[in-house]
Amino acid sequence: MSEHSNSDSPWLPSGTVYGSLMNFPCEHTALASQMHGKPYGAPPKAAVLFIKTANTFSANGATIVIPCDTEAVLVRASIFMVFLHNISVKSSYSAPHSVALGLMNDITIPHASFYRPPVKTKCVDGFLAVAAPHTAPLDALADLKLQVRINGVLVQSIGYAQMLRSAEQLIADVSEFADLRAGDVLMPGCPFDAPLAHAGDVVEISAPGFETLRHTLVAANQVARSTLSHAAGQTSSTGSTA
Amino acid sequence: MKHARVVYQGQTYAATEQDGALLLASGQRVAFDSVQWLPPLAPTARARSVIALGLNYADHAKELAFKAPDEPLAFLKSDSALIGHRCHTVRPAGVQFMHYECELAVVIGRAAKNVREEDAYDYIAGYTVANDYAIRDYLENWYRPNLRVKNRPTCTPIGPWLVDAGDIANPMALALQTTVNGVVTQSGNTRDMIFSVPTLIAYFSSFMTLNAGDVILTGTPDGVVDCKVGDVVVTSIDSLGALVNTICASDAAQLGSEPHAVHHGFSPFSLFSPIGV
Repeated sequence: MSEHSNSDSPWLPSGTVYGSLMNFPCEHTALASQMHGKPYGAPPKAAVLFIKTANTFSANGATIVIPCDTEAVLVRASIFMVFLHNISVKSSYSAPHSVALGLMNDITIPHASFYRPPVKTKCVDGFLAVAAPHTAPLDALADLKLQVRINGVLVQSIGYAQMLRSAEQLIADVSEFADLRAGDVLMPGCPFDAPLAHAGDVVEISAPGFETLRHTLVAANQVARSTLSHAAGQTSSTGSTA
Repeated sequence: MKHARVVYQGQTYAATEQDGALLLASGQRVAFDSVQWLPPLAPTARARSVIALGLNYADHAKELAFKAPDEPLAFLKSDSALIGHRCHTVRPAGVQFMHYECELAVVIGRAAKNVREEDAYDYIAGYTVANDYAIRDYLENWYRPNLRVKNRPTCTPIGPWLVDAGDIANPMALALQTTVNGVVTQSGNTRDMIFSVPTLIAYFSSFMTLNAGDVILTGTPDGVVDCKVGDVVVTSIDSLGALVNTICASDAAQLGSEPHAVHHGFSPFSLFSPIGV
């Protein structure tokens, strides 16, 4: 516990991290021809959610190891919300919630099927890069423009005005069945055209007024065996492998 | 040894079983029915990974009309879904099919990465019983089983005891049983798992570090039935104990989980202390 009371530690989430899929119209457009066939049968009704486990947390500036059998990873850049108080299933949603906002990368091994939960593709050690958040009103999100650069080249711009569920609606819909606790994190989603990144790439995610998130990807087979096991341990305990 | 975490007269204690009573860490001996039972899991510095398995018993896979999976079907839940022994679980208003799932829960004892099957038992702290309720009305085929089915507060009772790994000679040969209002509705044996406990630890640790306090719920055998408000559901596993749970209506929940901020030992506002330093 001592590392968490150390004010020099880089920020990492303390609670459960929930991510969303299918919250942008382009995701529905891209999958429209498949939605009514097997295995989905129908478009999603409830918010499509996943969890990023604590072993994935990487502090800002980290070097993140790509597994040997993975050629490229999706850079699923997003804003995230951290809750500052508990939003329980029993508390009906009414007033605007106190949140902090920050930038993250939901690093993901590309997968074509969204039928089964994405554990092997999203919960790899180090696969959630986060920059420190700051308190902000939720309605700031609608006007936000987030930029993704790989090796300095702008590859994606993301706006949040188009989301199918607004941040407020997503909080309401998730807290209808799950307790969101102080420290929990919710990612509102990411457009379908997330860029790919490879070992050696430097990823930078920025938005005006936010701490810029930077990390470097490295191939597992380029990391010496002894260094690799050390790095994995560091990722799980402190998230800083840089 | 059998370990528990309980609330006694407003204070949370680690406890052990001693001659049919609880020995609190404070030295007091108290009766089982004088405490509120919490999940038998010590707090963790970061969010606990709770990994659950679907279709990990051949008979249950058949019951649900799927072919047995060729790799583990895993899903995740927040530990906000966990509650202790003798707590109440909410059946949402209007649902048609809510069922229990009696499962062997494996609690990790130390960081595990790239662990070989033959070494996997060295990384286990102990075992407990979990009841991984599902609300099938909410099943959708997107990241199935989706969180609305499985990640609900009160819907994963766990306990009463964390039994030391060393006290269980063979976790792959334990009888499981569920009763609803005293009638046996589910019975099976951990020997019928498709992916054994060592296989699961090797599989998950091949891509993710399992940390001390992480939990793997290893799936459930054949025999799940709908549970109604007022039903008393007892999930039990040989040598581990009997986990008692009562189904209640949505306005009558007794939450047995600890508030998150308390669980992690600091206030929400200390989350932001590192900023700007």
